[in-house]
Amino acid sequence: MSLAKRIIPCLDVDNGRVVKGVKFVAIRDAGDPVEIARRYDEQGADELTFLDITASSDNRQTLVQVVEQVAGQVFIPLTVGGGIRNTDDIRRLLNAGADKVSINTAAVSNPDFVQQAAEKFGSQCIVVAIDTKKVSPAGQAGRWEIFTHGGRKATGLDAVEWARRMVSFGAGEILLTSMDRDGTKSGFDLGVTRAIAEAVSVPVIASGGVGTLDHLVEGILQGHADAVLAASIFHFGEFTIEQAKQRMQQAGIEVRL
Amino acid sequence: MIHVAVIDYGMGNLHSVAKALQHAPVATRIEVTHDHRVIRQADHVVLPGVGAIRDCMGEIRRLGIDKIVAEVVDQGTPLLAVCVGLQALMRFSEENQGVAGLNLLPGDVKFFGATLSGAGNGERLKVPHMGWNQVAQVADHPLWRGIVPNSRFYFVHSYYVQADSPDLVAGRCVYGIPFAAALARANIFAVQFHPEKSQRAGLTLYENFLAWDGRV
Repeated sequence: MSLAKRIIPCLDVDNGRVVKGVKFVAIRDAGDPVEIARRYDEQGADELTFLDITASSDNRQTLVQVVEQVAGQVFIPLTVGGGIRNTDDIRRLLNAGADKVSINTAAVSNPDFVQQAAEKFGSQCIVVAIDTKKVSPAGQAGRWEIFTHGGRKATGLDAVEWARRMVSFGAGEILLTSMDRDGTKSGFDLGVTRAIAEAVSVPVIASGGVGTLDHLVEGILQGHADAVLAASIFHFGEFTIEQAKQRMQQAGIEVRL
Repeated sequence: MIHVAVIDYGMGNLHSVAKALQHAPVATRIEVTHDHRVIRQADHVVLPGVGAIRDCMGEIRRLGIDKIVAEVVDQGTPLLAVCVGLQALMRFSEENQGVAGLNLLPGDVKFFGATLSGAGNGERLKVPHMGWNQVAQVADHPLWRGIVPNSRFYFVHSYYVQADSPDLVAGRCVYGIPFAAALARANIFAVQFHPEKSQRAGLTLYENFLAWDGRV
């Protein structure tokens, strides 16, 4: 009897539709977010994450409506991220039915925002998303830095130090994405996952690179993540959440079946 | 028509509680409110809560929620307390350098600690305790009806309840240490987990709550 490791399908939402890109270029339409959310809930997803990749503010209102609709039908935790800049953005999403919000770029440009948000809404609903790239040469001790703007903009911030700092500011969870791996289907960057999972006291969600069910297992057993996030392997029907959980259970991981 | 008051004292997201109650297949009128008159007349009362206990207790006292909750407990109205709502019912919490609670249930709220580790494998456990954990139904109660023993519920908390007496404990969970996941006494049922985020098992618990007359 112990806490289950979580599987979190991620829905990238653009203008009210779920899309999935490769290395941040949106290519395939994966469908209606409410319908997809219901399907994942039925398959036993432990949580859902919605990332708003819409550029314009008009369309952001669309995501709020999506969250509202999903929250009325799906009774598992919902995390929403993408473009969250101030406490009004957070309040709007929590009122729509989100349980947690994921702060990314705004944490880098204004770290105090994380502290304000955690004080106002509680750490339990503040996820800090960090996008990392490996900067150390092959064969040397791993070093990863924080990148923003879909992995295009270097910040010079050390990823492990940054994760620690965000937790000290009140982040209740870290959503860790390897930009080197995102969309490649070659597996998580287990080095950075483990480095951060061991450095912080709060749960870490591994993200970026899942192409097989064994990648999910590796994220937990080798990366020491508390939860694993994936998008495309679920969206296009390659695998169901149930299959993923069965594989994890076979590998000796505690899951909710 | 069952009239339910979900007590709103400005802390956290009450919409998901209201939505889960609305999902039950019985006719309900749900009001999210801190109006004493509405709470007093409700058939069922829910005391939710998220966030830090000092802020919660501050608002509870400012709005007189302490008095109205004591009143509905006295008059026998079925009361469901959720997460920090449960912690608020206790005598004392260690959080925020120590905060007095409503003292409606005997027991204290303690920190999981920074050095929690798993039984057996010694794995360091993260705090908050976040995710789906199993709840053992250690007492028979109408709110457990139709819920498979040891079902998983969704938790997110860094502090846990230690009840003075095991007689109060209706559900037990283990995260490094055993703790009370559900307490029950007379017309009070209080849970540490979030039934509104616990899918089928949680929705069943809300349905059971709506069908409960407050007696055990």
